[in-house]
Amino acid sequence: MRIAVLSGKGGTGKTLVSVNLATIANSSTYIDCDVEEPNGHLFFKPKEIEKKNVSVKIPVIDDDKCIKCRKCIDFCKFNALAFVNNKVKVFEDICHSCGGCQLICPTKAITEKDKIVGEVQIGKFKDIDVYTGLLDTGKASGSPIIKKLLEENINNDKLTFIDCPPGSACIVMESIKDADYCVLVAEPSIFGAHNLKMVYELVTLFEKPFGVVLNKVVEGENPSEVFCIENNIKIIGKIPFDKKLGTINSNALIVVDEDEQYSQIFSTLLETILKEVEHETIINS
Amino acid sequence: MRIAIPANEKNMEDLVCPSFGRAPYFLIYDTQSSEGVFLENTAASSQGGAGIKAAQIVVDNKADVLITPRCGTQAAEVINAAGIKVYKSQNISMIDNIKAFEKNELAALENFHAGFHGHGGN
Ligand code: SF4
Ligand code: SF4
Repeated sequence: MRIAVLSGKGGTGKTLVSVNLATIANSSTYIDCDVEEPNGHLFFKPKEIEKKNVSVKIPVIDDDKCIKCRKCIDFCKFNALAFVNNKVKVFEDICHSCGGCQLICPTKAITEKDKIVGEVQIGKFKDIDVYTGLLDTGKASGSPIIKKLLEENINNDKLTFIDCPPGSACIVMESIKDADYCVLVAEPSIFGAHNLKMVYELVTLFEKPFGVVLNKVVEGENPSEVFCIENNIKIIGKIPFDKKLGTINSNALIVVDEDEQYSQIFSTLLETILKEVEHETIINS
Repeated sequence: MRIAIPANEKNMEDLVCPSFGRAPYFLIYDTQSSEGVFLENTAASSQGGAGIKAAQIVVDNKADVLITPRCGTQAAEVINAAGIKVYKSQNISMIDNIKAFEKNELAALENFHAGFHGHGGN
């Protein structure tokens, strides 16, 4: 079973929630899909790491075969190709490896080469399998890394927690595509409610069952909570705003291992999620 | 000599557009005939790589010089490969920038900013 944890922006508590859920669950898997800034490994400190390169296909132009018709340049909607000095020039970091230019070229002047864009690391921390994706800086898209992470994990039948990239761009869609349930983490501010709306729209688009965890909860008005009530969204957990939690977190310690109160909060949250998923399965079967 | 300038409006009295890749138009000014034409920048609405496509338009229109407030590294690669010289515009109208250029008063643009390419992340 795959549980994806999302939020509209970074620093909302996405990693806190996914790391602690993975710790509370027995012998689970944690996948860090935030490939531009993975930080789950700071908490899990995985050992026996196995590394695998991730590469993409980049076009290579054979200048002798090229008849300079510029069809490839007009075709590329990412503008990764330009025509200068009477030659086609490839911008490798802009190319999204769609393979289209190769198909469109009338003289088969375009072939492909492999280019490494990052890696996946698979390690262990106690009984948790830790998967981390790393995108090399400046590369066009984290999608190939996320695909590889989820592919590596495909035969894993453990309870899996996916720490998604922030936002609602296509790399987030890639991360939640095969999830059975989505957990949306939201902060108690107007801005937080706005970010929640973004990911809410995404999970509804994908027709995923989901629930919201309100983080950094204080007394008083919570615009994210208001948003949930207005839209009939299930709130599955609340994490209080707490200095102690902040300190444990910033020391890269796992809070459920350090504090009984939080161990309780996350056990309850996990139970709620599992019940929700079960409920969904019954409805859909 | 042909000079390219990113433009907001089809009016040479107007200021230079602050963006290169996303400028609505390009002014192509011919110093021999003292005439300018405005071209639509079809790159402006691109999802990504707007700078590269905009640079392609400038190259295809056989500009010798580009006067712009800024330019990304990727666009600069195309512009430089075509041997076009890049000068930094001043905060005056396009036509006055051209005059300043003709009097050798414009400095070469030296800082190229990294692009915001990619479509993921925040
Ligand atoms: S593979 Fe696709 S994205 Fe890359 S240069 Fe060719 S058409 Fe553009
Ligand atoms: S489509 Fe093929 S032949 Fe035409 S410009 Fe591109 S590489 Fe050259």
